[in-house]
Amino acid sequence: MTNENAITVKNLTKTFGDFTAVDAISFEVGKGEVFGFLGANGAGKTTAMKMLIGISKPTKGEANVAGFDVRTQAEDIKKSIGYMSQRFSLYNDLTIKENIVFFGGIYGLKKSVIKAKSKNLIDELGLHDEADKLVGSLPLGWKQKVSFSVALLHDPKIIFLDEPTGGVDPITRRQFWEMIYREANNGKTIFVTTHYMDEAEYCDRVSIMVAGKIEALDTPKNLKEKYKVDSMNKVFLKLARNIE
Amino acid sequence: MKRFIGFIKKEFFHILRDRRSLFILFGMPIVQIMLFGFAITNEINNVDIAVLDHSKDDVTKEIIDKIAASKYFSIKAFIDNETAIEKVFEKGQIKAVLNFEPDFSRKLIAENGATVQILTDATDPNTANTISNYTGAILQKYQQELNQNVAISYQIVPQTRMVYNPELKSVFMFVPGVMTIILMLVSAMMTSISITREKELGTMEILLVSPLKPAQVIIGKVVPYVFLSVINAVIIIILSIFVFKMPVEGSLFLLGAESILFIINALSLGILISTISSTQQTAMMVSLMGLMLPVILLSGFIFPISSMPLPLQIISNAIPAKWFIIILKGIMLKGVGLAYLWKESLILVGMTLFFMAMSVKKYKIRLE
Ligand SMILES: Nc1ncnc2c1ncn2[C@@H]1O[C@H](COP(=O)(O)OP(=O)(O)OP(=O)(O)O)[C@@H](O)[C@H]1O
Ligand SMILES: [Mg+2]
Repeated sequence: MTNENAITVKNLTKTFGDFTAVDAISFEVGKGEVFGFLGANGAGKTTAMKMLIGISKPTKGEANVAGFDVRTQAEDIKKSIGYMSQRFSLYNDLTIKENIVFFGGIYGLKKSVIKAKSKNLIDELGLHDEADKLVGSLPLGWKQKVSFSVALLHDPKIIFLDEPTGGVDPITRRQFWEMIYREANNGKTIFVTTHYMDEAEYCDRVSIMVAGKIEALDTPKNLKEKYKVDSMNKVFLKLARNIE
Repeated sequence: MKRFIGFIKKEFFHILRDRRSLFILFGMPIVQIMLFGFAITNEINNVDIAVLDHSKDDVTKEIIDKIAASKYFSIKAFIDNETAIEKVFEKGQIKAVLNFEPDFSRKLIAENGATVQILTDATDPNTANTISNYTGAILQKYQQELNQNVAISYQIVPQTRMVYNPELKSVFMFVPGVMTIILMLVSAMMTSISITREKELGTMEILLVSPLKPAQVIIGKVVPYVFLSVINAVIIIILSIFVFKMPVEGSLFLLGAESILFIINALSLGILISTISSTQQTAMMVSLMGLMLPVILLSGFIFPISSMPLPLQIISNAIPAKWFIIILKGIMLKGVGLAYLWKESLILVGMTLFFMAMSVKKYKIRLE
């Protein structure tokens, strides 16, 4: 596999018993790209992502992430990626600072580095008054921003975000995407799933997954032209309807 | 190592910030021990006793007067033969019988030693034990007075015998059981809940995506509970020594070592439970039904194993608590050492290794 791409996937498949959750998907994600991984509920997005981050073994197929094979080099992948799970990724009963110290610690960052990063992060998000409050008491939008920053602590090359903005208000979603762009401009690769089609428009390229298969993959502009519609929302509906 | 300390610190935050787990950890042991402490008192007052005096001489008379004068006993009957002993016990009012051997005073002076048998009704074993201690003390006092006046020392040999319950099934039998239950509860239930909590909340995924190895995650979660369980064991042992006057005849060091072995055994069970349950609720139910009930019912804690139906006797062998209770009783009550308990200890070690191997296997399957 080439080293040009951040992620290369070939015929990746995952079955649970008789049920095929991810059905031979293939795609590539370039370095520094913001890649939108779309699909309806239950399409198989989270399942595919878990194989890419090395916590779920593929049933069939291959995948290479950050130059490492997901089957044999999962430990190396872990050091090169950041991950925000669809479920909440911080500890509610720890304060923001304690969360930062903990996650910095398990990635083996030095104390001084953690301290500097933690100050940076709190400055950037303007959370001085909340830094010593329990995460559980924060509004969801803030939690997600902190969560994203924590996933970046160890300076990963690729960031996997599983519905990072689910349930978050539009203004905060906008701010969140500004953070994503900033990281992409810093050369990081972003692999993101979302159910918001306006967010799909922000991506460099998107894939649309239906029932375990990737049905379309291109830039938002090309997809709209191909399906002769004026929004990603309509592209999505058209694809989902065609299948049924 | 530094990562590890951070991990353990975080675990302590979880525990200290959760009132429920704090209560289970430290409230329960103290409440349980205290319940036993108050339910069973060590004081006796005006207990009815009977006397069988084969000798009827000056010395026995003096002793009987002394006992009658004490506020602890009142002599309700004088009987004249052995067969009557059983009869007075059967009526239930008499709690103890003093049986002086024939020729008491002559033996005491000529042979320097005479025997008095103290028979107690041990269906209420705690009282029985106290009675024999108190009568023993009165006899001893009399003996000291006697010996002050003469050059050679006379010895009254009190021979105590518990009727009906020779094994002395008492509060001393409960303490090892309570200790076993508490250690099981804290170690197995709390760890399985704390591990499944991470699964339920989704943070387990984040930990597995980090460079920490799965084994490190598990060990990191378990270490704080080893620590807390050891503290708990110490609290229980201290309370049982001071509240129950529980003896520790054997080596304290061995007691500590065996306790740690049992704690690790319970923790590995907790890990095993966490691999098969995906929610805290399930983990708690499995711990309660799968561990607590067998510990209470089949370990010999409440129901003697020897009186169980054979199939249950066989099943009881698979319960770690049974072996730990035998070990505890051995060390605390009989004062025996590893020479006598190596078999039980080995069984616990074997079970621990088995549970660990099982959880490693199950854990891998879950990651597939
Ligand atoms: N461990 C599992 N065992 C069995 N079936 C599973 C398992 N994990 C996921 N599935 C099934 O696989 C399918 C895809 O699930 P997945 O979570 O990947 O969907 P998704 O695209 O992320 O959906 P959503 O948008 O709701 O997050 C679903 O039907 C789900 O029920
Ligand atoms: Mg999902």
